[in-house]
Amino acid sequence: MGNDVCVVIEHLRGQVSDISYVMLAAARGLAESSGGKVLAILLGHGAQDLAQDLLADEVLYADHPELADFTPDAYEAALVQLLGEKQPRAILLGHTSIGTDVAGTLSVRLKLPLVSSCRQITPDGKYVSQICGGKIMAEGQLPVPAAVVTMTPGGYKPEQGRGSARPEVTAIQPPPLTPMRTKLAKYIEPAGGDVDISKESLLIAVGRGIQNQDNISLAEELAKTLGGVVTGSRPVIDQGWLPTSRLVGKSGKHVKPKVYLALGISGAPEHVEAITDSETIVAINTDPAAPIFDLAKYGVEIDMFDLLEVLTTKAKEAKAD
Amino acid sequence: MNIAVLAKLVPDLVEELTIDSAGAKLDLAFARYIINELDDHAIEQGILLKERFGGQVTVVVPEGDGADDVLFTAAAKGADRLLKLTGFSPDIGNTRALAHHCSEIIRELKPDLVLTGVQAHNDLDGSLGSLMAGLLELPYVGYLSGVAIQNGAASVRKEYPGGLIAEFDVTLPAVLGIQAAEQPPRYVAVSKVRQTMKTATIESMPASAGASAPLLTISRMYKPEAAQHATMLAGSPEEVAAQLIGIFKELGVL
Repeated sequence: MGNDVCVVIEHLRGQVSDISYVMLAAARGLAESSGGKVLAILLGHGAQDLAQDLLADEVLYADHPELADFTPDAYEAALVQLLGEKQPRAILLGHTSIGTDVAGTLSVRLKLPLVSSCRQITPDGKYVSQICGGKIMAEGQLPVPAAVVTMTPGGYKPEQGRGSARPEVTAIQPPPLTPMRTKLAKYIEPAGGDVDISKESLLIAVGRGIQNQDNISLAEELAKTLGGVVTGSRPVIDQGWLPTSRLVGKSGKHVKPKVYLALGISGAPEHVEAITDSETIVAINTDPAAPIFDLAKYGVEIDMFDLLEVLTTKAKEAKAD
Repeated sequence: MNIAVLAKLVPDLVEELTIDSAGAKLDLAFARYIINELDDHAIEQGILLKERFGGQVTVVVPEGDGADDVLFTAAAKGADRLLKLTGFSPDIGNTRALAHHCSEIIRELKPDLVLTGVQAHNDLDGSLGSLMAGLLELPYVGYLSGVAIQNGAASVRKEYPGGLIAEFDVTLPAVLGIQAAEQPPRYVAVSKVRQTMKTATIESMPASAGASAPLLTISRMYKPEAAQHATMLAGSPEEVAAQLIGIFKELGVL
């Protein structure tokens, strides 16, 4: 095995995803300490321009019509061939809808261990992963001689992985990629919804702690009084208590309101990554150990049902003054 | 359409997690276990597919506190066959070994479709579905919130950030990682589960030999050391509400 660190660049509909830059930043320290290079692996079709700001020592670019959009099969086939030849010290993929589709199969086919939910890689080769809904950190040495790693956001800023000079791009030949067992049929655009929550200045966000659909009206009443919009975390949307257009999180919208009032939201990483650009986060939760309190500016350890009606009444009084 | 659904139990995050004295694993002596939420969605999706397209649903759960409850509840919802993997307990860092054992069961069952939750909160060495697909050399797509069967293939809806959905056609057999079933997991009354316990049978499936030892070493486990912590507001609900109103005014949203 070699000393290079390979980063599988994620892109979707012509845009490099932030997690790609995060991974490039994570790769740098490990590559330097192991005496290798940071190699960005870019798969696409007519997509070489996406390489222009990747902070990598070299970009290996495979162009093929089957790679125009992500499909697990085509990516896996291309990556198994390329990475099998390169034999890097580590292979980084996003802990995302794209990266996790190939990480497991790749690790099995390359006979390499897999480290998931990794937030940081220390220069001396230690992984630091955040698990159990953000409540536990686990760390250890990256397995030797090589490992597949899926990276979460939070440990590095995307800017740390962006370069100002176009890196060296080397074209590589992908293996034959037909016929594939997974084929993209079409994209379905997000449902419009009544509001665009990514543009609202006050969001009243409800999590699992809201308990049932009837209680949503308590948050709606507060939102109506304050002039905000009610949003939800994943469990609330999955229960059908709010429409998908109100989902804040990894698969939903990233938001940046002036105030994000989190009611009964614990602060799992998948939710946190979507709210970090909020100007002020206020968290209401009964669990003093909820990770959301480490992100919020203000917190209250209280049952939201003891607070919501009182808060709405006081907000109405304040507006009437 | 024969469908296998793999589900596992995970520590309930509502309870406080404690780390053992050696500092490299969770102390689970008093932990409460619940079904991995996304596996519950996978069971629901499996039963929905059976209702729409016919066939049989087999649910596989590794042994552990609550495993029988999960299996009998699945039967009460409509699962046809209940299998319990014995001789192996899922833990942090042994998902790959679990995938090995489960893939041996899947080889025997030969289902058209294998469903499982796309991830579990305590996955550290990958997710079960993706690893199993690798071991079984089957196609895999994850983060799904919809599955249909058309012309002998699966048509699946995969979630991307921002609410974008990609629809994929997947040849069968395949392994699919479920993010959310097309409807919330159905509720079944405890009385119905108890009734099912009288008629349904749980078959034991011993863990296969030759499972790999954990490939990861965990040297330290700890609770996140936050760089900051919220300023905590205290007082009665009225007092807290008054403070929040003051903050909202200060921030210009009231």
